Amino acid sequence: MDSVSVAPVEIERPETGESAYAVAEPDVPWVTLVHNDPVNLMSYVTYVFQSYFGYSKDKARKLMLDVHHKGRATVSSGTREEMERDVQAMHGYGLWATLSQDR
Amino acid sequence: MAGHFEPLAGGGAAVALDEVEISILRSLAVQLLELIGPGEEQGPDAADPLARLFAEGPSEPPADPALARLFPDAYGTPGAEQDRQQRAYAAEFRRYTENDLRARKREDALAVVRSLDSLSVAGDRAAVLRLTPEQCRQWLGALNDLRLTIGTRLEITEEDDGEALFGLPDDDPRKPMVMAYLWLGGLQETLVEALMS
Repeated sequence: MDSVSVAPVEIERPETGESAYAVAEPDVPWVTLVHNDPVNLMSYVTYVFQSYFGYSKDKARKLMLDVHHKGRATVSSGTREEMERDVQAMHGYGLWATLSQDR
Repeated sequence: MAGHFEPLAGGGAAVALDEVEISILRSLAVQLLELIGPGEEQGPDAADPLARLFAEGPSEPPADPALARLFPDAYGTPGAEQDRQQRAYAAEFRRYTENDLRARKREDALAVVRSLDSLSVAGDRAAVLRLTPEQCRQWLGALNDLRLTIGTRLEITEEDDGEALFGLPDDDPRKPMVMAYLWLGGLQETLVEALMS
């Protein structure tokens, strides 16, 4: 049993910065960011937020304006897998999206 | 109705297109298809049946700037250097998603070609193209991909570059592409409006 009980302790206490990142606190949510670009129409970006996320017209429009004026907006949050799905969908619509951990 | 979509009762949208407009749109959609291409099958593993079976996509962003815009990295901040972790995540994401994304974009562009080919133009009268809601979605995607592609080719990188392009002199070699870009923008804008109405 001794040899088995040692391993988890090491995993819980990573010593290098890199492994700390790799096991980064799983509770910290990931976010999907949509970035501004000069080509996408404002009406189209609003349409995408409404039809994909099911956001109200007001919320979709506010997010679109954030993208436009602030350069980017957080459009969803959740697990890494969920955010990868959202980012993939945004790329499907032609929006410029990335995901990152909201630290 | 020329040059803009109108909503149809019961969903969908319609636009009147003349022969020249149909031929320009078709040509642009075919060029988009050629640009997107078959993706990973062009890679060095194309001859290896086992590699094809697993059909993993590429790890690196496309070299062509327009393709890089259509298939952007999923990790990292645009315009900033990625760290090692972000590069690794972006490569993994690309391997598992880019082929599907390419397939979707091809389908959208193909839907445009097919619906244009279903039109019959009598003389110099415009034909009316009627799209179902699903076709509208595909047209929106393809129109957007075309504008992203042309926008990249025209090197539209700042908001006001778009404005500057409006005033190009007639003999500027970019003029035809700018006209197409603006015309596609009008089509896309009115198609969005028709769907949201």
